[in-house]
Amino acid sequence: MKKIINNPADVVTEMLDGMVAAYPQYLRRLSGTNVLVRANAPQPKVALVGGGGSGHEPAHGGFVGKGMLDAAAAGAVFTSPTPDQIFSAIKAVDGGKGVLLVVKNYTGDVLNFDMAAEMAEAEGIKVMKVVVNDDVAVENSTWTSGRRGIAGTLFVHKIAGAKAQAGGTLDEVKAVAEKTIANVRSMGMSISPCTVPESGKPSFELAENEMEIGIGIHGEPGIRRETIKTADEIVDQLLCKILCDNPLKSGDEAAVLVNGLGATPLMELFIANRRISEVLAAKGIRVVKTVAGNFMTSLEMGGFSISVLKLDAELKELLSAPAETPAFVQL
Amino acid sequence: MDAMETVTAAINKNRDFLTELDRSIGDADHGINMARGFNAVMEKLESSPPDSLQQGLKSVAMTLISTVGGASGPLYGTAFLRCSKIAQDKSTVDSELASLMLNEAVNGIKSLGKASAGDKTMVDALEPAAKAFDASYKSGCGLLSCLQSSCKAAREGVEYTKTIAAKKGRASYLGDRSIGHQDPGATSSAIILEAITEYCKKTG
Repeated sequence: MKKIINNPADVVTEMLDGMVAAYPQYLRRLSGTNVLVRANAPQPKVALVGGGGSGHEPAHGGFVGKGMLDAAAAGAVFTSPTPDQIFSAIKAVDGGKGVLLVVKNYTGDVLNFDMAAEMAEAEGIKVMKVVVNDDVAVENSTWTSGRRGIAGTLFVHKIAGAKAQAGGTLDEVKAVAEKTIANVRSMGMSISPCTVPESGKPSFELAENEMEIGIGIHGEPGIRRETIKTADEIVDQLLCKILCDNPLKSGDEAAVLVNGLGATPLMELFIANRRISEVLAAKGIRVVKTVAGNFMTSLEMGGFSISVLKLDAELKELLSAPAETPAFVQL
Repeated sequence: MDAMETVTAAINKNRDFLTELDRSIGDADHGINMARGFNAVMEKLESSPPDSLQQGLKSVAMTLISTVGGASGPLYGTAFLRCSKIAQDKSTVDSELASLMLNEAVNGIKSLGKASAGDKTMVDALEPAAKAFDASYKSGCGLLSCLQSSCKAAREGVEYTKTIAAKKGRASYLGDRSIGHQDPGATSSAIILEAITEYCKKTG
């Protein structure tokens, strides 16, 4: 393992301090916790609390700020934060209008956020929850944990955050978050693994000519292993699955997120996006917003994911509203 | 509460093994998270020694919930919390109490994790373990002997998880690719039971 770290056990706490040192205008850290909250929290509006394991930087602390999250609880690397941490986040940002928890669909995250919600409700704080499950690589069924939440979560933070910032009620903010979840689909792939600092070993091994299709954001293997193809062929494969699951017709408007997993150069993300825009244009789908970069990473994993969000007038307006956070600024 | 020392030692010893199992079908952190949690439990028990069995078990539960993270934290935390409720004002664990505790722990894990036997989770080790314990108890065996049967059943459960695809937890995203690998959660459950049994054997 070769990493620019100090003690592997300290990566989360040192990362959080560094993030706050870089962006004090947006963030502060709740003392004694691994929670980042808006510098001026609480605000007299519905608050959004997100979070999850660390290793996804800039997610989730990078989306704390005006128009997105009010707090993000950071767990250990790839491990959900604990209920007490999430509860501290809820208490710190509740401005009396209620709190919406934005949770990605993993057994651990759901359990810990649910326990935190119970603790908050016991103290009289109104809490609701949405669960993001945008990953089409995972087949859904009543008998499994369901689909994972991955990069499409960014759109949920942005859109629900804009609704809350505009003074929406807790019910309204939850409704628009659920509408976003219903309309966003994602799928990812990987060409190289990542190494959890405390484990010291790569999450899997891939031969020089291999790729994993249907990868998540925790270094876990994907749904299958294939021989690597060209950027255009990979994009076609991922988009095909995304559009099969959420068909967009000619004339529909969409937003696209091309998300790097940590070690993929922007050059390659843009090469992928060239093909994405070609394919969508050929289908008559109008892309009104494209975001390309590293937003929901998996440490130093090589690879990327594509997310496509089908827009209506409300989602489009909220998506284009201003946001000021460390990792997503829109004026 | 001295039993927790044996459990913690066993978890620490198996830290890398559990993480390695999780690397195959999960996210390579189960051993790390469990070791962090149980070491925190030891610190907590040493810094504020509980004055009853019930309080001690509750302290174990709350520490696991606030330090392990992931799904394992709430699940193991709930198991110990259920044991704490069952303990009431008792000061020692006999076969009858152990049986109630084990069954309640399994119920707690199943209801919180919404998992059943055959989903490739800790339930596949713990549910057969509870059943084996009860069978031995009903046939008149002592605590140690009951625990030994439950360990044997737990290990068989761990072996069984190798043959099935995961339906719950992070390994479920792999579908049939998870077949052939033993479940890290079932394995840590068996390790905890074995450590408790070892403690019981040592102390008589």
